Amino acid sequence: MLQRDVLVIGAGPAGLAASIEAGKAGADVLLVDLNMQPGGQLFKQIHKFFGSSAHRSGTRGYDIGKQLLKEAEEAGVEIWMQSTVIGIFPGNKIGIEKGLDNGDKEIITLQAKKIIIATGASENAIRFEGWTTPGVMGAGAAQTMINVNHVKPGKKIVMLGTGNVGLIVSYQLMQAGCDVVALVEAAPKIGGYAVHAAKIRRAGVPIYLCHTIIEAIKGEDGCVCGCVIAKVDDKFQPIPGTEETIECDTITLAAGLKPTMDLVKLADCKLTFNGPFGGYIPLHNEKMETSREGVFVAGDTTGVEEANTALEEGKIAGISAAEELGLISSENADLMRAEIWKRLDALRLGPFGERRMMEKEHILKEYREIIGTPISAE
Amino acid sequence: MCLRVENHVILDCGHTGPLVEVTVDGKTIQAYEGEPILASLLNAGIKINRYTVKRKEPRGLFCGIGQCTDCAMVVDGKPNVRTCITPIKAGMVIKTQNGLSKGE
Amino acid sequence: MALINTGYLEYEELSAIQKLPDQDRFAKGPVAIIECVQEIPCNPCEAACPVGAIHVGEPITNLPTLHGEKCTGCGMCVSRCPGLAIVIVNKVYSDTTATVSFPFEYFPIPVVGEERNAMNRKGEILCKGKIVKVMNPAAFDHTPVVTVEIPKEFADEVRTIERIR
Repeated sequence: MLQRDVLVIGAGPAGLAASIEAGKAGADVLLVDLNMQPGGQLFKQIHKFFGSSAHRSGTRGYDIGKQLLKEAEEAGVEIWMQSTVIGIFPGNKIGIEKGLDNGDKEIITLQAKKIIIATGASENAIRFEGWTTPGVMGAGAAQTMINVNHVKPGKKIVMLGTGNVGLIVSYQLMQAGCDVVALVEAAPKIGGYAVHAAKIRRAGVPIYLCHTIIEAIKGEDGCVCGCVIAKVDDKFQPIPGTEETIECDTITLAAGLKPTMDLVKLADCKLTFNGPFGGYIPLHNEKMETSREGVFVAGDTTGVEEANTALEEGKIAGISAAEELGLISSENADLMRAEIWKRLDALRLGPFGERRMMEKEHILKEYREIIGTPISAE
Repeated sequence: MCLRVENHVILDCGHTGPLVEVTVDGKTIQAYEGEPILASLLNAGIKINRYTVKRKEPRGLFCGIGQCTDCAMVVDGKPNVRTCITPIKAGMVIKTQNGLSKGE
Repeated sequence: MALINTGYLEYEELSAIQKLPDQDRFAKGPVAIIECVQEIPCNPCEAACPVGAIHVGEPITNLPTLHGEKCTGCGMCVSRCPGLAIVIVNKVYSDTTATVSFPFEYFPIPVVGEERNAMNRKGEILCKGKIVKVMNPAAFDHTPVVTVEIPKEFADEVRTIERIR
């Protein structure tokens, strides 16, 4: 069986940052990901990031992705793409399925001293009549198509949801040459940052608040040719008689994300439910260690936030794994983590961040009270 | 119908792979080697990738990152290929998948 | 706040939150208008300003404030703001016209001399505008800054031009 010091699962910002830190400390790191290319969702983020100018804010997401890949290479991180973790067994034994769907897949087993799970999040679906019709898709899917694959998902788009994803992807669809004909939002106010909404509005795109999509209209070709929207009451129920039809060939759903928990569950980590963070998440401590000794988590898997926080959490997980391997002294690791926590706190300030700051503190407290010290799986 | 993003202020929309030919349900289309099969199909105006097992309903791109399996097709005789994370190769034979499909 | 219900700022709302340059400052020539009104963790504008006219400080969720007398209207902050929320307004471009310089990330990028529809924060076409300057150096990292000349009375309202499809 193959042996590695650290196995990192998921090559997005959190997984890459974790791999880089552990690799720099001298650990033998293997990073696996099921996609064609590493970088997670960074390469479809073509906008300039917010955050502190001391830490790459004002840089476009894909440039941060390129930088991370370079750092990973320099840190000697081994990357396997098209590789899916299909089993986590006692003794940190891992089963990996490697290869493309249309080729011959190979099953590889290995044992890792430490495991870092950074599998990110997946988009929530919103169900309405016809929601499975081709042409209805996640906003992130549309974003991947235009910004990574350079193909438009359609020509006329209706976006459901006005959180930052809905606003940013609407803007980027216009940059790619699509027409965004409307944004539809069930809440009475815009969910995302005002500066993102301002870009949409000054482009002349209407935002329908207190509205939802009640039907995707299917054309003769079996695909979307329009949608019916309606006003909703204060319990988010459609109000009969308020229906309007909008012509479009694509409906994109930006209704939030939920942490991808499959492997966390497989590793038998203790979970907690947290609404603001998107659903079930693994309990973890300040070192990003779960209830299972030697199993760490980082990024959206620990609660949906954004790339900056994922990066910082990834660094913590990588440092902590290296610390447990004896590659970084506890004293140094504590200092490094304290610096990063300071930056994380700064990212969780203000009216959009304070809730996440509170929830994170709550999760750390819950860990101290329920788990205390991580449990060995042996 | 061409849905390629040709001009962009931020992105360089050049393709790394050569332009090749593949067939979709017997029809020849052009595609860039290395891009996801799904992207080539979308550009060619093909939005339906499969029909469901029981109700025979059409499905197409939904997550775009290999998680939902709605874009599964039969590729070179192999069913259940997630076309959003499988790259194009010259001469590929791609077919709309019906139900679970046993391939060929 | 009207903003979160509509997606755009009314001038009154903006001026209630951000300290805008006074008429004396406008009389001296181009100056930055920072239309950033929510406390989000972001501060690149502060480092972008070569004369130290923008202050964010700690924590980085502070709203940026502009020192109008220091600001030279150079426009370095316009391309650096990730929120595309800064414009440069010159109310004394000529006797009858003003200019607005704004970030514009859509294809096709306008060219100098071109006439385009000038739009307000709501996306309404207010007037015709003449493109008088387009800056897109590598340092702007693909955020071109376009300057449009418009009748003076629209200087507080025009914030972009219509995208050509």
